[in-house]
Amino acid sequence: MIAEIGHYALVLALVLGVIQALVPLIGAAREDLGLMVVGRRTAQLQLGFTLLAFGSLATCYGLKDFSVALVANHSNSAQPLIYRLAATWGSHEGSMLLWVLILALCAGGVASFNGDIRETLRARVLAIQGMIATAFLAFLLFTSNPFARLSPAPLDGKELNPILQDPGLIFHPPILYLGYVGFSVAFAFAMAALIEGRADAAWARWLRPWVLGAWIFLTFGITLGSKWAYYTLGWGGWWFWDPVENASLMPWLLGTALLHSALVLERRGALISWTILLSILTFSFSLIGTFLVRSGVLTSVHAFAVDPMRGTYILLIIGLMTGTALGLYAWRAPGLRTGALFGAVSREGAVILNNIFLLTVALVVFLGTFYPIFIEVLNGQSISVGAPYYYKTFVPLSLPLLVLVVVGLQANWKRDTLKALGLRLVWPAIIAAITLILAAAVLGLDKIMAPIGFALGLWLVAGSSLVLLRRWRPLEGSLALVWTRVRLTPIAVYGVVLAHAGLGITTIGVTGVSCFQSNKVVRMVPGQSVVMGKRIITLDSFEPVKGPNYEAAQARFSVVRPGQMRTLVSERRTYPSSRSQTTQAAIASEVFGNFYVSIGEANPDGAIIVRLWDHPLVGWIWAGGFCMAIGGAAAFGQRRPRSNGPRTA
Amino acid sequence: MKRLIFLLPAGLFAALMAAFVGGLGHDPSIRDSALIGKPVPRFDLAGFRPADLGLKSTDLHGQPVLVNVFASWCVACRSEHAMLLYLKREGVVIYGLDWKDQPADGAKWLSDMGDPYQLVGNDVSGRTGIDFGVTGVPETFLIDRRGKVRYKQVGPISSEDWNNHLKPLMDKLRAEP
Repeated sequence: MIAEIGHYALVLALVLGVIQALVPLIGAAREDLGLMVVGRRTAQLQLGFTLLAFGSLATCYGLKDFSVALVANHSNSAQPLIYRLAATWGSHEGSMLLWVLILALCAGGVASFNGDIRETLRARVLAIQGMIATAFLAFLLFTSNPFARLSPAPLDGKELNPILQDPGLIFHPPILYLGYVGFSVAFAFAMAALIEGRADAAWARWLRPWVLGAWIFLTFGITLGSKWAYYTLGWGGWWFWDPVENASLMPWLLGTALLHSALVLERRGALISWTILLSILTFSFSLIGTFLVRSGVLTSVHAFAVDPMRGTYILLIIGLMTGTALGLYAWRAPGLRTGALFGAVSREGAVILNNIFLLTVALVVFLGTFYPIFIEVLNGQSISVGAPYYYKTFVPLSLPLLVLVVVGLQANWKRDTLKALGLRLVWPAIIAAITLILAAAVLGLDKIMAPIGFALGLWLVAGSSLVLLRRWRPLEGSLALVWTRVRLTPIAVYGVVLAHAGLGITTIGVTGVSCFQSNKVVRMVPGQSVVMGKRIITLDSFEPVKGPNYEAAQARFSVVRPGQMRTLVSERRTYPSSRSQTTQAAIASEVFGNFYVSIGEANPDGAIIVRLWDHPLVGWIWAGGFCMAIGGAAAFGQRRPRSNGPRTA
Repeated sequence: MKRLIFLLPAGLFAALMAAFVGGLGHDPSIRDSALIGKPVPRFDLAGFRPADLGLKSTDLHGQPVLVNVFASWCVACRSEHAMLLYLKREGVVIYGLDWKDQPADGAKWLSDMGDPYQLVGNDVSGRTGIDFGVTGVPETFLIDRRGKVRYKQVGPISSEDWNNHLKPLMDKLRAEP
């Protein structure tokens, strides 16, 4: 019964989507307020029905209704409740339902908030969102119905892929999807602007919170995903250049470019058609991300061939949406008003340069990702072009980008001079140069990437902090005056500083772990000790334990270092109902690095293969990512109008 | 002229979609089989450890063997490695072709992960891999006792691949005179 309610709610949401796609568009063309308001109401109702559908599916999982095919295929009664609920989005159908739900949340948000927006613009934005929702609801209902029944119903279900039974699964996909799908609003705004033939600073002001919100979630989601991969995949990597990871990196790179170009448009009225193009591309890449991550593709591209209907449908959606958008862009964008003028040396100029680098890097990732995907589609096997490709392309392109970030932060709007800009950058440059020289002297020139990486990281942190110093001017005027300046600094400024410094922290972490990680593989029997660096590692015990739905071989290690002792527990879990294995690595996290232990197969003689990794600074990678996300959230503070006096642009 | 620039994104996208649709239409069960039934290409590669003898095409004569193409930078190879070690214990002769990899990285890979190979050749330039028609790593070729390629496995060898395809063919080739 519950499943049928959910199914019916989805059908109603689809019907509402069709209305939402058409009526407000006609209303906006005729400037008929009544018709335009239909868009808002249908969007809100659609959100309600989609929520109902999602809730129904979650209830089916919660109540172990194995007569629903999806529930039977992705959960069994031994699975803990929290993972049964999280399994709601752990399958292809369920994750598409989550996708549609977030799409409806965004449309509901545009319908209900965005206070002073032009009603014609809102109607058109909602119509575009209605079209996207219609396409995906139809996809869900006709090719991937999550509520299909099984008859006869099995007594128990199949287990959710054990690697997904992790706290990471509960948070990672919804947050990532909020990011992907959040960019649909940018896409809808871009299309609406092209239809209206009008995009200006006000347009960017309505758009930017959505872009910022989506960017925050995407940043947060990618960081969480990287951390999750680090501790569940069992060999201590934090980024694999896996197609699925790249699928989230590409919209992130483009979304970062969009965030900055939309800021230029809002502040200075420039980069109009560029911002529109980026809005279209960012969402298109999010769609491609969905296309790759649809669970079928994730495990094997074979699923693609097994059900060519889904693949064809998704390609059709991407093709129609992106194709129409880019076609409309080619037709309408040349007619858009060109923006305000600015000098080549200016913040606008720096943002353009940054954008070009971001776009290039995104294209490089795209090429690297899709070459093997094509091979996979052709051969049905997984093959990697590998890290060397990215090392040769991504890294050299990122280095100048990281240098430019600080230049952009410190450049003045409209026009600046190279000399003044250079003077402002003196201190960060000195800090970076000293780091470079010192690190090169200590580490030698054969590991030259390490000094460069550390210098760039500090350049970013110092260059971002300089924003605060320039505002506070601690050496000018009385202490009270300086304190007033500190007090009056808007929270958004801290956000900007934190986000850019976060990039520096991530850079330092990546450098540390890439250049200085070491590992060791040893055979150990209980009682045995090995030495690695300054640590002595002893295998205390190795015995079987039982979890709620798995059996595990658990190894307990004590790790002794001068002045410190820790116990680490690593497990190899076997899930009998799906006959699969996972490795739970044991990780000692510290500020300056992690010590990572994971165990392999046990030999018949009782010895186990133990992998030991030393990962210096690895935690900084995620700390930087979280700083970026939190900084982005703080940047929302900028949007609050000041209570005293009128706002000045 | 200006209009053409605005058309550029749409044009590029159209080309991309054409490639996608082309890719979708292919039947994944048809494998690239240009080399099947032909003798292995001639090659002579150095190894990467002091004691290594290297690997050359004439090493592949005499008994049915596997030639496994791998690289230290390849994630899928990492998952395949345990299978190779198992096959070695089962008595299967495996030769390794370390593709587009630095000798030091290859040596580290084998010392870290265990060495399943009878002989290894280091194909730094990737030239031999191209002669074999390698599209990516890992790939494995089954070579008969006369040095002819009989089967090509694309991607990591799973236990199903081994039991359903490679092992039956290997047994058949062993029985051949």
